[in-house]
Amino acid sequence: MENSINSENNKYVLELKEVSVSYTPGKNAVENVNAGIRENTVTAIMGPSGCGKSTLLRAINRMHDLYPEIKTTGEILLKGENIFKMNPMKVRRLAGMVFQRPNPFPTMSIYDNVLAGYKLNNISLKKSEKDEVVEASLRSVALWDEVKDSMNKKGTFLSGGQQQRLCIARAIALKPEIILMDEPTSALDPISTNRIEDLILELKEHYTIIIVTHNMSQAARISDNSMFMYLGHLVEYGTTKQMFTKPKDKRTEDYLTGVFG
Amino acid sequence: MKDKIFKSILLLASCLILVLTAGVIYALVSQSINTFSTFGFFGFISSTSWDSVNENFGALPFITGTLITSILALLFCIPFSLSIALFNGEYFKGTKTSTVVSSVVDLLAGIPSIVYGLWGFYVLRPVLIDMGVSAQGFGVLLSSIVLAIMIIPYASSLSTEFISMVPNDLKEAAYSLGSTNLEVIRNVSLPVSMSGMFAAYVLALGRALGETMAVTMLIGNTNNIPSSLADTGNSMASIIANQFGEASGLKLSSLMAIGLLLFLITAIINFIAKYILKIVNR
Repeated sequence: MENSINSENNKYVLELKEVSVSYTPGKNAVENVNAGIRENTVTAIMGPSGCGKSTLLRAINRMHDLYPEIKTTGEILLKGENIFKMNPMKVRRLAGMVFQRPNPFPTMSIYDNVLAGYKLNNISLKKSEKDEVVEASLRSVALWDEVKDSMNKKGTFLSGGQQQRLCIARAIALKPEIILMDEPTSALDPISTNRIEDLILELKEHYTIIIVTHNMSQAARISDNSMFMYLGHLVEYGTTKQMFTKPKDKRTEDYLTGVFG
Repeated sequence: MKDKIFKSILLLASCLILVLTAGVIYALVSQSINTFSTFGFFGFISSTSWDSVNENFGALPFITGTLITSILALLFCIPFSLSIALFNGEYFKGTKTSTVVSSVVDLLAGIPSIVYGLWGFYVLRPVLIDMGVSAQGFGVLLSSIVLAIMIIPYASSLSTEFISMVPNDLKEAAYSLGSTNLEVIRNVSLPVSMSGMFAAYVLALGRALGETMAVTMLIGNTNNIPSSLADTGNSMASIIANQFGEASGLKLSSLMAIGLLLFLITAIINFIAKYILKIVNR
């Protein structure tokens, strides 16, 4: 599918080429998606429940590999390299993920949660390097001032919004190329949601963010580009501004105006 | 009206159970009072004498025998039940293979104790003799190995449950940070399910403590504190099984006292396990 973003002919940090995902043979949950995503942008994936938006997102860090029955076809290029030819562990380090429900590791302290990626990958750091990574990561999610005196407390002691920021810190501690967010605010209250949205706009300076959301106004507030998915198809992909003002496809318009959803 | 009658029948049945339990405890206590007043509570549990002629009885060898065989059995059982739990709850979760493995393990739990005793006596004991463990093969080691096999189903089915209860999104979070299967198990699944697993093992220990038939057949029936793994001894359950038929007077009272102690130890162990489970499930 050609679209306005592809035509700008810029270098993409992520390119999806004919990506299809199926949970049962012969039935695609995501069908033939083509899209290019440029560096330091926020891309929102919207659509009604079951349209395949999370499925598409999880293809990007090869989460589907964990479930043998799920088959992904097509090509996904991360900085020009086909992720299906890379080691999946490496793909996942390059594409950090934030989940729907805040999920800090309950047995680890706040400090260890931020460093979890290093620990899980058996990367050993000097104490000073660890401190540096922890402080930098927590600062960039605006959590440092709130938790700097309680580093050894369990991450689960924090409020839901703080936990989600901790999870974002955990993802960016590994310095990924892109951050994949799967409805990161759907379990949070409006104030925490607001803070996460502000945070996403700040993180855009250094990272490329792809966020799945069922919240249209959220997509409008924070994203540069938007994808609209329906029944597994990428119906429309363009700048958020254009999509919200002059959607090209009737289905996009119907969804955005609340005809269905 | 019918509802009321049904309710009263249920109440009656529950009360009956309470009365029965109280009756058993009362019988044990009243019959062992003779022993405790003769030797004193601490005198009885710290004495190693079991002298029917001079009527001098102590429970230490049997308490030791029970604890050593049960704890050893638990140690032998942990690697196997942990492997089964990881196999069924992590790697092969929800597959046919795991169903087969867990049904076979459950089958182990259904084998009667006497059959384990027979197997230990005629199959495992000769193996230990061939290995040169001891001349007769009887003793602590033989009993512990058989006990271990007997408690594996209990430990593994509960720990499988706890391993599979680890929230999927936690594991996915670990995978999303680039960790391998093994690292997820080591850093997420095991730490998160740790307390549940611990409870599973304490419950398994509780089962091992009271196991009678197989141990009676295999431990060697000598009234001493075992000096090594190869040595013979008696457990609290096996001394009762071996001697209750010919006991009277102070000896019978002493067997009752051992029974009471065994009941207490098992009750405490089960209470601890249930308490941990309660915390875990919260």
